[in-house]
Amino acid sequence: MELSAYIYAFIIGGAICVIGQLLISLTRLTSARVLVLFVVTGVILTGLGLYEPLVRLAGAGATTPLTGFGYALGKGAIDGAMEDGLIGAFTGGIRATAGGVAAAIVFGALNAAIFTPKTKK
Amino acid sequence: MKNERIPSAKEKDYQRRVNERMPKSKTLSQCIRAFVSGGIICCIGQLIHDFAKLTLNYSESNVAAFTAIVLVFIGATLTGVGIYDKIGAWAGAGSVVPITGFANSIVSPAMEFKREGYVLGLGAKLFSIAGPVLVYGISASVIVGIITCLITGRF
Repeated sequence: MELSAYIYAFIIGGAICVIGQLLISLTRLTSARVLVLFVVTGVILTGLGLYEPLVRLAGAGATTPLTGFGYALGKGAIDGAMEDGLIGAFTGGIRATAGGVAAAIVFGALNAAIFTPKTKK
Repeated sequence: MKNERIPSAKEKDYQRRVNERMPKSKTLSQCIRAFVSGGIICCIGQLIHDFAKLTLNYSESNVAAFTAIVLVFIGATLTGVGIYDKIGAWAGAGSVVPITGFANSIVSPAMEFKREGYVLGLGAKLFSIAGPVLVYGISASVIVGIITCLITGRF
């Protein structure tokens, strides 16, 4: 646990969120579109080999934003393709992100079932 | 030369009002808030990452999975109890872009449409934003995988 890792995580993670904020503020992009755009961008940058260095530099600062979800998908597909060829190209992405996706579905469903929306002012 | 003209006082006043209404400073403060809140969430991610790696001694891929699972749990639970929306009102994209925002985008509509039933309400709306994210994300990853196969020549 090093302090510098946290500083990089803060700066890079914050900067990625600023890009999202600029897209929402200036282009009136809905947050759903921003999420899709960020995931696909993460996959493409990973395919081009450009996101891996950012992950090595910033750790969770690069993996926590949705571009990092794209990175996990892309890296999984590449690693899968290297090991198992075409089958791996199909299974790798979901395999690498299975934990997060399963958690999102299970915790999402549980929370939605337990709680009711708070009335907005 | 004849195109040059001095703006009248009325026009100047109008321009001043337009500049006043332009949300420039608003955008700047939104960006600062997104930076700070996004940075903090990523630091929490780093904390979970380090805990999994150094304390639990997980393997590299399990560290990534553990971190994602815990962050999703936090995001989903805070959305359920109504805290995440309050954070979002201040944080803007700082609360949308991290994976906790992905969890928020799953719980919010599912909770909202629960009254339409557990199958087509909660079950279907769970994916109203997560669906597109997974569709395009997974499709892109398979394409990247296939390109990798073409480059390496391994099928």
